Amino acid sequence: MKLTLKIWRQKGPNEKGEFKTYVHDKVSPDMSFLEMLDVLNTELIKKGEEPVHFDHDCREGICGMCSLYINGRPHGPLQTTTCQLHMRSFKDGETITIEPWRAKPFPVIKDLVVDRSAFDRIQQAGGYISVNTGAAPDANEIPIPKKIADEAMDAATCIGCGACVAACKNASAMLFVAAKVSHLALLPQGHAERKERVERMVAQMDAEGFGACTNTRACEAECPKGISVAHIARLNREYYNAMLTSYELPSKAGGDG
Amino acid sequence: MTLDSKIPDGPLAEKWTRHKFNLKLVNPANKRKYDIIVVGTGLAGASAAASLAELGYNVKTFCFQDSPRRAHSIAAQGGINAAKNYQNDGDSVYRLFYDTIKGGDYRAREANVYRLAEVSVNIIDQCVAQGVPFAREYGGLLANRSFGGAQVSRTFYARGQTGQQLLLGAYSAMNRQIAAGKVKSYPRTEMLDVVVVDGRARGIITRDLITGKIEAHSAHAVLLCTGGYGNVFYLSTNAKGSNASAAWRAHKKGALFGNPCFTQIHPTCIPVSGHHQSKLTLMSESLRNDGRVWVPKKPVKGLTARDAAKIPESERDYFLERRYPAFGNLVPRDVASRNAKYVCDEGRGVGPTGLAVFLDFSDAIKRDGKKTIEARYGNLFDMYQQITGDNPYEVPMMIYPAVHYTMGGLWVDYNLMTTIPGLYALGEANFSDHGANRLGASALMQGLADGYFIIPYTIGDYLAGMPYEKISTDRPEFKEAIEQATGRLHRLLSIKGKKTVDEYHRELGMIMWDYCGMSRNEEGLKLAKKKIQELREEFWQNVNVLGSANELNMELEKANRVSDFMELAELMVDDALHRRESCGGHFREESATEDGEARRNDNEFAYVAAWEYKGENQPEVLHKEELKFENVKLTQRSYK
Repeated sequence: MKLTLKIWRQKGPNEKGEFKTYVHDKVSPDMSFLEMLDVLNTELIKKGEEPVHFDHDCREGICGMCSLYINGRPHGPLQTTTCQLHMRSFKDGETITIEPWRAKPFPVIKDLVVDRSAFDRIQQAGGYISVNTGAAPDANEIPIPKKIADEAMDAATCIGCGACVAACKNASAMLFVAAKVSHLALLPQGHAERKERVERMVAQMDAEGFGACTNTRACEAECPKGISVAHIARLNREYYNAMLTSYELPSKAGGDG
Repeated sequence: MTLDSKIPDGPLAEKWTRHKFNLKLVNPANKRKYDIIVVGTGLAGASAAASLAELGYNVKTFCFQDSPRRAHSIAAQGGINAAKNYQNDGDSVYRLFYDTIKGGDYRAREANVYRLAEVSVNIIDQCVAQGVPFAREYGGLLANRSFGGAQVSRTFYARGQTGQQLLLGAYSAMNRQIAAGKVKSYPRTEMLDVVVVDGRARGIITRDLITGKIEAHSAHAVLLCTGGYGNVFYLSTNAKGSNASAAWRAHKKGALFGNPCFTQIHPTCIPVSGHHQSKLTLMSESLRNDGRVWVPKKPVKGLTARDAAKIPESERDYFLERRYPAFGNLVPRDVASRNAKYVCDEGRGVGPTGLAVFLDFSDAIKRDGKKTIEARYGNLFDMYQQITGDNPYEVPMMIYPAVHYTMGGLWVDYNLMTTIPGLYALGEANFSDHGANRLGASALMQGLADGYFIIPYTIGDYLAGMPYEKISTDRPEFKEAIEQATGRLHRLLSIKGKKTVDEYHRELGMIMWDYCGMSRNEEGLKLAKKKIQELREEFWQNVNVLGSANELNMELEKANRVSDFMELAELMVDDALHRRESCGGHFREESATEDGEARRNDNEFAYVAAWEYKGENQPEVLHKEELKFENVKLTQRSYK
């Protein structure tokens, strides 16, 4: 296959970036998208040109490290991660535009690499159950209905890649935050802290500069793990309930969810 | 140097309890005076960081990924073992211990393995309390499944994403401590060296991968939780960034390396599709619960999955069921892998390359229905279809073995301390619990056992004897380590040769796969040693790394890691050469029974090989830690 690639190149966080065009004629349909870029990079290095930087690690769709905005869609045309996207999804002769995630809270570090540490800070704000090592009761002490456990798992499957933010015209992180809030709110173990958790995580989400949710559901359509916006609904219920009854935060300032 | 494993006296079942009582304690108020560095934030690292911070220690964590949540433990699929006996099927701590010792082909320490089995039950409790959504039965209690090498159902799982859920649990516990100010996390930061002061590990040198800034961090103890070295083979199921640099550099600073040749080749991976291949994808071993492995009885050239149905039942060879009627498709990984290699060597392999066997679900779908199979393996089937374009509900999967895990690693004593005082190794980075072969669902168990339930006890014993004073990173030992690490990076950048880092890495991988992979012999290993030396020499003269050291430079990161793989590879070959027996994942052709099964040699090789670094291009010195088996009787493993 022969492809024309328009790739965002940017030397550093404070440099001005631009699209550069590359013709790539060593593409096989069995390659993953990242392997296609590997081959391009080998060619570039051979020519003495700096390779294109992009994030990747596990290459099996679970670590959430790979990103890439491909032809205007996060992770490209399929609802999967970029590492699991294969070139058989493209046509010979096609032009592919490759950009980094575009969102203010995800500043570009270099080329296609962005800084997603805002996601970590949101998790640190409350995405946990406070239980010290060694303080746990027997695992079968609290039966959890299979349906509830399965629904919690549906939410917990989030890989934190940021496609939801990249897909959203508001750069909202609601699906990401909702996945954790919903996962822990569903489980009995998470009930003790459910109000503080949702308040703190939403406050941190707003502090990071993510936009508001306007229910376009673009996040759900692009989420490589198929996480449903029903979890956003649960987040909203959790949040309103917390705002009305919480004894936790002195100030009720913060996001409108 | 004499190796002291510090295995406590007393009956097996009481060793850990007694040991915990005998360990010195650090007063709760004094714990805040100690700083601990944790390198790597996978299951072992994150669980250790969280647990130590909860106790009151000051912890710094480092990972090369952009977030601690992305460590490669995240990719573990199948499950985690624990001797809960919730299924009432005869499991016990002793049985898990026995299965693990036997599965490891009697090359692990009894005391360590027993302790692992003992704390396994606490791990499940801990993870459930954190909110890990394990699979459950309709009654709301936890579900289990069976796994290779065991005849009981003791594996807990969260769909095919158990590693992800366990890691996110440990990550959440760590996040809580970050919020509390007890853990400081340094993502996108790679360790370049360990700093030894007055014979003790007192800090590390790191590189900020975004700015390239080299920094020194001092502490009272250093934990390496940096995973395994499967990427020596270039193609493996490891993440692209997984590397051996932290462990290897610690080795060069005096930490002995245990059983480096013990690598695990996993039987169920998606076969290689072409030269561009950058990694291999594992299909969980749990698939072997319901999938049947077969090849045609007679060679059929280029047989595709779509044509598999044309081969009549009578013309199929279900070779694992045939050779191992008792365990069938659930034989341990090394046995399953080797047998797949044999049938492919006989020309009976399938697919375009002939290097694949079928894993067929049609009988299971007929028996249990598509819905049930989908519930069990849905995400794995989807992943398979995405990668190969084949639909495994309709045609059999094609699988082939791939490098997956390294049982070898830094030698540690019962307290998980390496031969450098104050330097610990946890999880896959150490050599300790899996002997010559790891059973499925045991890596997650070991990583979390080390981090949650062992290091919090054993590190106190060491720190109790340490002065509180912090040491300055202005000391010459730190300066010297910085200079060395920086010098190596600049050397890599200054070569400006003709070949890329990946090209060298791929060549190294081919040498290792061909001569130090599933089957090894003296002649091949000697040849490999020579080839590695030549390749390493060429690498340092002809590798091309563009850019500078003062920016995000992923080629430089890779070059630095590959340069360490080039050295470690030779030690793996040396170790494989010296161990003239077959055991577990290490199969020496010279040491086989008549029907091709591995033949152990307990008289000569019932020891841990621990290698001591002696300087550049100097042969390493072998130390032996005898393995004493007081509770299990050594037998040739039989799964027939």
